[in-house]
Amino acid sequence: MTDATTGSGTSPRDLTRLTAVRMADGLAAGEFTSVELTQAHLDRIERLNPALNAFLLVDADGALAAARAVDEARTAGEELPRLAGVPVAVKDIACTQGLTTTAGSRMLEHFVPPYDATIVTRLRDARMPILGKTNMDEFAMGSSTEHSAFGPTRNPWDLERIPGGSGGGSSAAVAAFLAPLAIGSDTGGSIRQPAAVTGTVGTKPTYGGVSRYGVIALASSLDQIGPCARTVVDAALLHEVLAGHDPLDSTSIDAPVPPVVAAATGTRDLTGLRVGVVKEISGKGFQPGVLTRFQEALDHLRALGAEIVEVSCPHFVYAMAAYYLILPSEASSNLARYDAMRYGLRVAPDGSPSAEQVMATSRDAGFGDEVKRRIILGTYALSSGYYDAYYGQAQKVRTLIADDFRAAFEQADVLVSPTAPTTAFRIGDKMEDPMAMYLNDIATIPANLAGIPGMSIPSGLADEDGLPAGIQLLAPAMEDQRLYAVGAALEARLAQEQGGPVIDRLPEVPETAPEPGRHTAAGTTQEGTA
Amino acid sequence: MTISTRPVHQEDTVPYDEALSRYEPVMGLEVHVELNTATKMFCGCAATFGAEPNTQTCPVCLGLPGALPVVNATAVESAIRIGLALNCTIAEWCRFARKNYFYPDMPKNFQTSQYDEPIAFDGWIDVEVPANEAGEPPFTFRVEVERAHMEEDTGKSTHVGGSTGRIHGADYSVVDYNRAGIPLIEIVTKPMLGAGDRAPEVAKAYVSTLRDLLRALDVSDVRMEQGSMRCDANVSLMPVGAEVLGTRTETKNVNSLRSVERAIRYEITRHAAILDAGEKIFQETRHWHEDTGITTAGRPKSDADDYRYFPEPDLVPVAPSREDVERLRGTLPENPAERRRRLQAAWGYTDLEMRDVVNAGAVEVIQDTVASGASPAAARKWWTGDLARRANAQGVAVTDLGVTPAHVAELDGLVTGGRLNDSMARQVLEGVVAGEGGPAEVADARGLELVQDDGALQAAVEKVLAANPDVAEKVRGGKVQAAGALIGQVMKEMRGQADAARARELILATLGVDA
Repeated sequence: MTDATTGSGTSPRDLTRLTAVRMADGLAAGEFTSVELTQAHLDRIERLNPALNAFLLVDADGALAAARAVDEARTAGEELPRLAGVPVAVKDIACTQGLTTTAGSRMLEHFVPPYDATIVTRLRDARMPILGKTNMDEFAMGSSTEHSAFGPTRNPWDLERIPGGSGGGSSAAVAAFLAPLAIGSDTGGSIRQPAAVTGTVGTKPTYGGVSRYGVIALASSLDQIGPCARTVVDAALLHEVLAGHDPLDSTSIDAPVPPVVAAATGTRDLTGLRVGVVKEISGKGFQPGVLTRFQEALDHLRALGAEIVEVSCPHFVYAMAAYYLILPSEASSNLARYDAMRYGLRVAPDGSPSAEQVMATSRDAGFGDEVKRRIILGTYALSSGYYDAYYGQAQKVRTLIADDFRAAFEQADVLVSPTAPTTAFRIGDKMEDPMAMYLNDIATIPANLAGIPGMSIPSGLADEDGLPAGIQLLAPAMEDQRLYAVGAALEARLAQEQGGPVIDRLPEVPETAPEPGRHTAAGTTQEGTA
Repeated sequence: MTISTRPVHQEDTVPYDEALSRYEPVMGLEVHVELNTATKMFCGCAATFGAEPNTQTCPVCLGLPGALPVVNATAVESAIRIGLALNCTIAEWCRFARKNYFYPDMPKNFQTSQYDEPIAFDGWIDVEVPANEAGEPPFTFRVEVERAHMEEDTGKSTHVGGSTGRIHGADYSVVDYNRAGIPLIEIVTKPMLGAGDRAPEVAKAYVSTLRDLLRALDVSDVRMEQGSMRCDANVSLMPVGAEVLGTRTETKNVNSLRSVERAIRYEITRHAAILDAGEKIFQETRHWHEDTGITTAGRPKSDADDYRYFPEPDLVPVAPSREDVERLRGTLPENPAERRRRLQAAWGYTDLEMRDVVNAGAVEVIQDTVASGASPAAARKWWTGDLARRANAQGVAVTDLGVTPAHVAELDGLVTGGRLNDSMARQVLEGVVAGEGGPAEVADARGLELVQDDGALQAAVEKVLAANPDVAEKVRGGKVQAAGALIGQVMKEMRGQADAARARELILATLGVDA
């Protein structure tokens, strides 16, 4: 592990290795300043981001100004929020006033929002310096971050591998200690699956638990914003900053925020807890090493006092099909606004083109293949004559999946499964096969369809490749605290049994990425896929 | 070979009466009403008319990435009140839907509207169609209302260059997004059949009745000339005796009551000519041209137009409680037609007088003027006479002259109290319009007052009689009507400040003639 005192040179050790909780406590106790802490992260970003490509934009001036203001306020004896001065990274899907926000798309390469997303306002109110904007699959469509228009993010565990997606930038940044905390968005697994393959923690809160206002929409009825962190309690702290009713988001729930921090710091005894293993997403097609760690996790839960029961959710087999109708349908409409008329990329054909021609040319130039694929799919599914057979039918499946969950939660307090079927695959491996790519999210999608909360925590490293695997926890709507209670207990037990947290086994991250080779070449060739 | 001198887009028509002898017209009207809420349908931007372009916008109504809508509760209440006033059923649960199509004045490239779940449906309204110039009698026609639903307006495109002011042929276009997101209610009728040759009049009367109703509800400015009320007219013809509806055209841009009648009339004569020739009506939108009185082809429109509607996932369903609906029902004003009948009876106006009052938009002010103490006859005389002429000349509403019902009542009091005569009263009114103050104030300032002292009047009478001995002689000899010339001169002597009737009495008395 590095112990370098880079940058400011004032820190006695590498501050970036601390948990967010320790950072907050250290700041409160005056052990170090927010400027030192922020600078330490900026230095590490400068050193490692060229290889990782986790950040699309680094706002050193803005972050340091926010840090300085926190330090001054603290010196003046002002009462400050718990995470004041702890830096954070924001997925490039959330609008940040004055900071370019691209959603990983050529279409918005130069788009500077005139307003902050509600969650960004909440980060600013929490006095957290924003380090920058993290890379993602274009408009959050993907499971590998390879669909970013600005190049793939690399997994800090192995630079030849993907960091998951769509929020690969946020998870890679947190895993590589470029940021202690980050914001993600999860439409079908985009927080949980990257967490699983980078050995970090990620939560998709209950739908409506966190405001979507100002977060660029992929599929409105599925999108949810949540925290990325290295520990369960760190995630809980950020979760509480983000959550709560927002009058600007009509789908935001007007109810008290689930007590997730209290749950994450409460008892580690799970006696009496019923843990349901979802049969349909816990076996077939999963990598053996992932399944082994999952089975061990079940043993640990048993050791903590929990009772393990098997539950069946028979309609989950239709989840993928329903998801890939609902998502493209909503996305085809949500992405219609990118027409070059008011903002965004404008490419005009020669001559004196009509508005319609400018729209068409710009959308052709601005959108990548995966985005076009889903727009076409969604436009088709919503077309008259097909609506009932596709969108209508998918909505019925959605109801059945919610019913499956309701029945399952009568038998169990939380449900569990491996988060993703495999550990991180190699860059380029699945770019030619969209179906194989989509299957990454087979275990995470049902939660989005039902609107329930889910979390991924590391279950260990898979034996066959030494890469991180994740276990997914699911709870009923607005019972997010159950995830944190169980997650924190299991996390502690795993650390104890495995000789420390998974993230401590992260190898030194090389400062340069491997030359594009056999695998990576395909990653940059996004054309021509079926 | 004949050479036509008509413009190329002028199509054949047949005389109206001839068309009606062979075909039964069927109409369907779609009326869009901009609500007069303070803010837009889904954001907090001001919804006022006439601001600098693109100054009343925000991330939501500009469709910026990430922006989300929030429903304007007042607009929902207005929609429910409109639905109740149209005798509609109010949905217990309904949703917004996205209507997807690309157009530069629509920021999101979908319009947030309602599709198969409108807030109000299955209503009706009785329309009173007045007698017409051909001497056909007044009658009442029941218009069935299919639905009233909520949606947002689009931005306003202005096409610059080219000759037509339309997008084809324009050099460039500019868009004002101030209008984007203004709350709209679209009111759609069921097919209107059975009006025969009176169909265009029924349509006009329907829009007029709707306008009165919406004005009484105070939910919209209903200014057709400003676009806060817009009408699209669907017309089709079916052969007399047929049971299957014909192919329709949808005429847009029909933006005055008169145009509603004219445009439908024109379409009937145009459809008839096409059908007479054994050809088919092409289903399309048509543009009404106020100046030439014709319609021209717009874009093809088929029932297969695919807007890919689906429920708006960024909004939650609207589910008005039955208690709220009943509370809103309690806020409905008296039905304008019933109210007119009641007031006409109370005021003793003839049908013609009442129609003038309604056309002058003076029902409210007359009611207030009468409440302030004026007689109904005097109130009508001022508001539909002198004041209506002044308003007309200035191109403003009669209520915008700066003259209040209290002013008119005060003026009437000055006349009936014998302080002013009619011509003096008109001068006083001129002063009130000019902002010189209230009637009594203006009369004082301008020194306008009838002379009450018979002494001065008698002196003037004697002076005039002495100067006109021949006329005086005629009157004395029984030609009483000759006194008129003498009265005029006496009034001139008195500089108008005399009561002409009293002057006549004194002249006759002096000459010893019985009145």
